[in-house]
Amino acid sequence: MAYSDKVLDHYENPRNVGTLDKNDPSVGTGMVGAPACGDVMKLQIKVNEAGVIEDAKFKTYGCGSAIASSSLVTEWIKGKTLDQVMEIKNSDIAEELALPPVKIHCSVLAEDAIRAAVADLKAKQGNTQEAA
Amino acid sequence: MQTATYFDHNGTTRLDSRVLERMLPFMTEQSGNATSRHSAGRTARQAIEQAREQVAAAVGAYPSQVVFTGSGTEADNLAMHGIAAANGVEQVLISAIEHPAISRPAHALQWQGIKTGLIAADANGLIQPSALEIAIAEAGKQVGLVSVMLANNETGVIQPISEMAEIARQHKAWMHTDAVQALGKIAVDFAELNVHAMTLSSHKIHGPQGAGALILDKRVDIRPLIYGGGQEKGLRSGSENLAALVGFGMAAELSASGLAPRREHMEKLRARLEQGLTELGAVIFGAHAPRLPNTSFFAFAGIEGETLVMALDRQGFAVASGSACSSDSTEPSHVLLAMGINPDLARGSVRVSLGYTNTMQEIDAFLLTLKGELQRLRKLTAIAV
Amino acid sequence: MTVHTPIYLDYSATTPTDPRVAEKMIPFLTEHFGNPASRSHPFGWTAEKAVENAREEVAKLVNADPREIVWTSGATESNNLAIKGAANFYSGKGKHIVTIQTEHKAVLDAVRELERVGFEATYLAPESNGLVDIEKFRAALRPDTVLASVMLVNNEIGVIQDIESLGNICREQGIIFHVDAAQATGKVHIDLEKLPVDLMSFSAHKTYGPKGIGALYVRRKPRVRLEAQMHGGGHERGLRSGTLATHQIVGMGEAFRIAREEMDLENARIRRLRDRLLTGLQEIDEVYVNGDMKQRVPHNLNISFNFVEGESLIMAVKDIAVSSGSACTSASLEPSYVLRALGRSDELAHSSIRFSIGRFTTEEEVDYTINLMKSKIGKLRELSPLWEMHLEGVDLSKVEWAAH
Repeated sequence: MAYSDKVLDHYENPRNVGTLDKNDPSVGTGMVGAPACGDVMKLQIKVNEAGVIEDAKFKTYGCGSAIASSSLVTEWIKGKTLDQVMEIKNSDIAEELALPPVKIHCSVLAEDAIRAAVADLKAKQGNTQEAA
Repeated sequence: MQTATYFDHNGTTRLDSRVLERMLPFMTEQSGNATSRHSAGRTARQAIEQAREQVAAAVGAYPSQVVFTGSGTEADNLAMHGIAAANGVEQVLISAIEHPAISRPAHALQWQGIKTGLIAADANGLIQPSALEIAIAEAGKQVGLVSVMLANNETGVIQPISEMAEIARQHKAWMHTDAVQALGKIAVDFAELNVHAMTLSSHKIHGPQGAGALILDKRVDIRPLIYGGGQEKGLRSGSENLAALVGFGMAAELSASGLAPRREHMEKLRARLEQGLTELGAVIFGAHAPRLPNTSFFAFAGIEGETLVMALDRQGFAVASGSACSSDSTEPSHVLLAMGINPDLARGSVRVSLGYTNTMQEIDAFLLTLKGELQRLRKLTAIAV
Repeated sequence: MTVHTPIYLDYSATTPTDPRVAEKMIPFLTEHFGNPASRSHPFGWTAEKAVENAREEVAKLVNADPREIVWTSGATESNNLAIKGAANFYSGKGKHIVTIQTEHKAVLDAVRELERVGFEATYLAPESNGLVDIEKFRAALRPDTVLASVMLVNNEIGVIQDIESLGNICREQGIIFHVDAAQATGKVHIDLEKLPVDLMSFSAHKTYGPKGIGALYVRRKPRVRLEAQMHGGGHERGLRSGTLATHQIVGMGEAFRIAREEMDLENARIRRLRDRLLTGLQEIDEVYVNGDMKQRVPHNLNISFNFVEGESLIMAVKDIAVSSGSACTSASLEPSYVLRALGRSDELAHSSIRFSIGRFTTEEEVDYTINLMKSKIGKLRELSPLWEMHLEGVDLSKVEWAAH
């Protein structure tokens, strides 16, 4: 299978690999996929008080395209607001990485990971606000 | 021993040195398995796809229509068994002069309850389109598959395939042609021939043994002969014979590009040969039909073919008595019998099949030797009688 | 000594042609180019003689009579001819076939084709070590079983089946026994005078011979009959028509001669390399060897690396040419059916690598491979959320994964 140069670049030099403290109230964690399907993505975002994502980390179990999709997404979402990142579409990711049709699901998974991380954060903050 | 003059090119041909050169790297360091995904495997895959393009281009087909096999025989079997099985064919028609690679599978189909009928040849060794019409009319069942060879291996007679394909199509039958002997000797164009399937072989065109192809119209349903790893889109499983396929591709390209001068050269040689043969009293079979430029099939009344072949061999001329595959049998040629030739004369048949490397000197030397051998054999016969 | 990449560790997919073999073949591509079926001139005779010499060499390696060796285009064709040919010939006695789930596709697909035309088949599961349980095999046989097919050496995990015991059971019950030995020649001793085997498939290109040539052993005493699958000029006593590729046959003969003469020394050397590779790789956490380690050819090491995804693993190790599963299925991304049959999870099946060592593998290459695997597995696990969870003590089987 031939990979695009961008996929290879992200695969060889993944950006923002790592883990944020999932108990931190300003951190949202999204974990999507399943080992049996061959991909699991964990995406974490940390927002500042202005609601802007100031840090993002990922870990991915999956093929080169899945690793590249999640790595790319961490670059894109940094410095954006939650509303802005919700507008990222899987087709944008697939286009940027020139994913072949059989790898489109990797970009779908990355989009899902963003949504899951944002949802997790909103749930946490909702709870915090209620408590306050 | 093998400095003999080789006049058996319809049997097999000498590998072209350019083909060998192309094959050698694939016989040694580049011998990856084409199905493997790593780089050795990918190089192998690319080489096979290039060979596929070369074969396709040589016969006016698309690369996607080329199914590589291990031999022409296998491609013929794939066509006969595969098309019959996938389409529920109940009646097959083949010509009376087919190679055993067609006639034997056609016979084997009968064990499965599929009827096989013969299309008659005329006295010149031609299968007339009208004979196909008659065979279709006389067939007990709806004809599902017709197979007639493009050029006969013994007489070299070229058959009117596109006209027969038209008739087959009108009757909704699939049309196959065995073009093994035609390739490299005359222009072969899959689209122009109008057939659904066509067999090719590598070792008849100065390519290596061990490679063949079935050119196949993708509308034809076909079942594989060999099941397994799913190579050749599932139609022919088994690790690809890399070096042989690469060689086949190269040979196909060379045969098509150098066709005109080769053809002219062989025609000249054969004209001289047949002039000499006629002067010596030979009967030349199929002489009044369109023929391959390289083939001359003849007999001398009262002279046994096998004896003459052996005598010529001792003098350093490699010729054949009928096709190589049946040359250990003493039955007269089924092709000549189908043409209505007297069995006694048929037993005398000798085939000279020329290659582009043969020379006029070899023809002259052959005629001289033949003249001497004929005199000797006739004397022996006269004494015996 | 420097190491040239990519390092070839895929000898079970195909072997490079031994230079001695190539040297033997070339004259038969050039001056001795005759058609062995041409009986009327020396071009044909020379070719025929070479074909018969090669037949003797193939027979010698497996202690058979040369008359029991039929040339084919490869093991795939041999398997097809053996299975379809025998099943069809003996179909009057019954229409049931027994084979193993871990057989090569060529066997499984040929059996499946027979199912399509009215045969019944039992695909026996091996034990978790890849070996067939003799009693389960016996129990799978039925009064209407006509044919059993079991491979000698598995292509993916290298385990060696107890062909002798299985064959004896078949003998007792009058069942034709076919063995695919494509992966076995030159690796294990085969004595067909003693082994109760009726049909055996061979390939040249897995034993340093050329591609496109193979053979089928067809027992003469007691005689085994086959229905030909390819009809034509009546070559190979009518069992397999089609012009023989003389140079390839010559190559197979030479390859099998070399295998016979050098096998014991070579296997000892390869075993040392394999053990070195295994020891090195076992320094990595969470690795699992697939298949029995005792009843196994020394050439094969099949290992799963837990918490690493298979395709990214293949990308990571592109400096070594290896297979993830069988070469013949690697165009698809299905987890290896062989490992699944052993009961391995899809994840472990996906993350498996088959290292196959051969004649030209060096110690330096093995060491390079060990170091490469250590660093790449480390890097991929660094990326893997599953590895992180494993280190945190999370039981992954208890996690509810979001389906997608």
